[in-house]
Amino acid sequence: MAYNLVVLVKQVPDTKRITGEAMRDDGTVNRSALSAIFNPEDLHALELALELRERYGGRVTVITMGPPQACEVLRQSLERGADDVALLTDRRAAASDTLATSYILACAVRKVAAEAPVDMVLCGRQAIDGDTAQVPPQTAEKLGWPQITYVDAVEEVSGRRIRAHRNTGSGWERVEAAMPCLLTVTDQGPAPRPASARRLMAVKKARCRAELQAEVNAVMPDATPEARTAEVEKRAAALAAKGLLVKQWTLDDVGADLAWCGRDGSPTKVKRIQSVVLKGSGFKKVEPTPEGVAGMVHELIEDHTIG
Amino acid sequence: MIEPNRQGDVWVVAEQNDGDLHDVGLELLSKGRQLADRLGVRLTAVLLGAQVEENARRLIQHGADRVIAGEHALLGHYQTNPYAKVIAGLVQEHRPQVVIFGATPLGRDLAPRVASTVRAGLTADCTDLDIGEHFEPHTNTRYENLLYQIRPAFGGNIIATIVNPERWPQMATVREGVMRMPDAAPNRRGEIVRLTPHLKPDDLALKILEHRRTARKVNLKAARVIVAGGAGVGGKENFRLVWDLANALGAAVGASRAAVDNGWIDKDHQVGQTGTTVRPALYVAVGISGAVQHRAGMSEARKIVAINADPHAPIFGVAHYGVVGDLNRVLPMMIEAIKKRA
Repeated sequence: MAYNLVVLVKQVPDTKRITGEAMRDDGTVNRSALSAIFNPEDLHALELALELRERYGGRVTVITMGPPQACEVLRQSLERGADDVALLTDRRAAASDTLATSYILACAVRKVAAEAPVDMVLCGRQAIDGDTAQVPPQTAEKLGWPQITYVDAVEEVSGRRIRAHRNTGSGWERVEAAMPCLLTVTDQGPAPRPASARRLMAVKKARCRAELQAEVNAVMPDATPEARTAEVEKRAAALAAKGLLVKQWTLDDVGADLAWCGRDGSPTKVKRIQSVVLKGSGFKKVEPTPEGVAGMVHELIEDHTIG
Repeated sequence: MIEPNRQGDVWVVAEQNDGDLHDVGLELLSKGRQLADRLGVRLTAVLLGAQVEENARRLIQHGADRVIAGEHALLGHYQTNPYAKVIAGLVQEHRPQVVIFGATPLGRDLAPRVASTVRAGLTADCTDLDIGEHFEPHTNTRYENLLYQIRPAFGGNIIATIVNPERWPQMATVREGVMRMPDAAPNRRGEIVRLTPHLKPDDLALKILEHRRTARKVNLKAARVIVAGGAGVGGKENFRLVWDLANALGAAVGASRAAVDNGWIDKDHQVGQTGTTVRPALYVAVGISGAVQHRAGMSEARKIVAINADPHAPIFGVAHYGVVGDLNRVLPMMIEAIKKRA
């Protein structure tokens, strides 16, 4: 029995590798200096989907929501073997919190399901920019599907049922659920395969329309908007003929009600952002000598910190 | 959507599984108590389980005015759908103004499902909560007495304050270990509202085939003193020195993400944003550069000793004592000094 699998992925700033160059003199982080990467746990979700397709047959569709640059994670998904990819990009989706984001993603899953019923949605446990882990359970709720969070292995899929092993933080569970269902996958899930060199060459020219538009704007700076549009259409048609035109969806394309999207659809508002600043050096300098260290230990005992 | 109810209670969803009450629910009662007192409303704990009487009493002893205790055989072992169904139903019925959950794996599985069901906002992994006013520039509206949901974001590089001005209840998950657990007051009185939710076996979306609880090997949260090693320790062999110092101090051993990723020590020992948040009396950071993610998990320690070869390591920014030097020399000196005093 073949399964129709959808993987939801996100492009994120590489918050785990904050180097000296990304630090400003005032001790805060310059976010624009961070590179954009495929959210690490989403790669495990993609890998699990690809393995399930290899074991049972079926189809893997990868969807991301983000600006046109996020198309990069879709190309990387194609390199690893995704059958189809789609970019959901729409300025009206900006400032969406997790509730609005999950609504939009649920609409996108329904759009895929309109062509053929979706059996399973797979997501990374959480994204490293927000670390909330909220979007997948909220998406499952909107779809009305069961969720299996923190999956590190799928034992078997049989008929309409899936058996998975999940990490509960204080132990583990083996659970069985009926499809359709949503899984979140941890970094203990199957190790992501490298991109295949053959596929890498085959898909490196894949683009969405927004990227084509940016490329055309760059090479035809003096052309009229009509001429640029014509050039974009020409390039899009050429890519589509080779199967390399990445689907690009707006909120209208996925049938989203704008009242539930973007700022209006988001109950949470950011009141204030404070950069974490390294405090000035207010510490007591201890010499790395037996006397210096013994003096420190003495003080810690005297003030009842230890002993 | 639920209309804001400014007389609504503050709710703490107490976490239990198989009858064991998780500490985080008790920790949240201390903050919940402050919030409820500021707002002049009751503090209600919500508890589900197969048998709830004893845990309900503990919640009252730890500060709840009232416990809504849902008892059903199908609620003994946690699973998402029945818990979310019951709690979302209670939220719709009682319209609390604030609902907080522990940001444990269980709480982070449950809270988003509940928030989505009632179409409310939810802020993850708060490290602090407060009450304050808010001006919303887009609608030119001023709000009084909103819940400030304070959390690190962007890998710990920023601290964001989030509010939910209009779509209530105001919901948040709060990290373990960041709120102090209140002392139990055995004579404290409160109301226990027992109810039997309507659940049928169909409400269980999952079949739990098998489950194990593995005892945590380390209890960093309870440790009074922690000696933690990072990338600067240099290798698994060298980590022995960190253990030796910990033994001399009667301390628990912690680690940075780098040390865990290098395979020098088990993930249970990890301190920081993706590990455990600790607030010991003394934290000795050995060869830890002090990335923000790490500092987010330990900067509340009462005393911090940083030992690092790099004088510019960010860890010195939060330290009370700084030793710039080779840990292979400094640690034996420290062990020696402690043994002499003992």
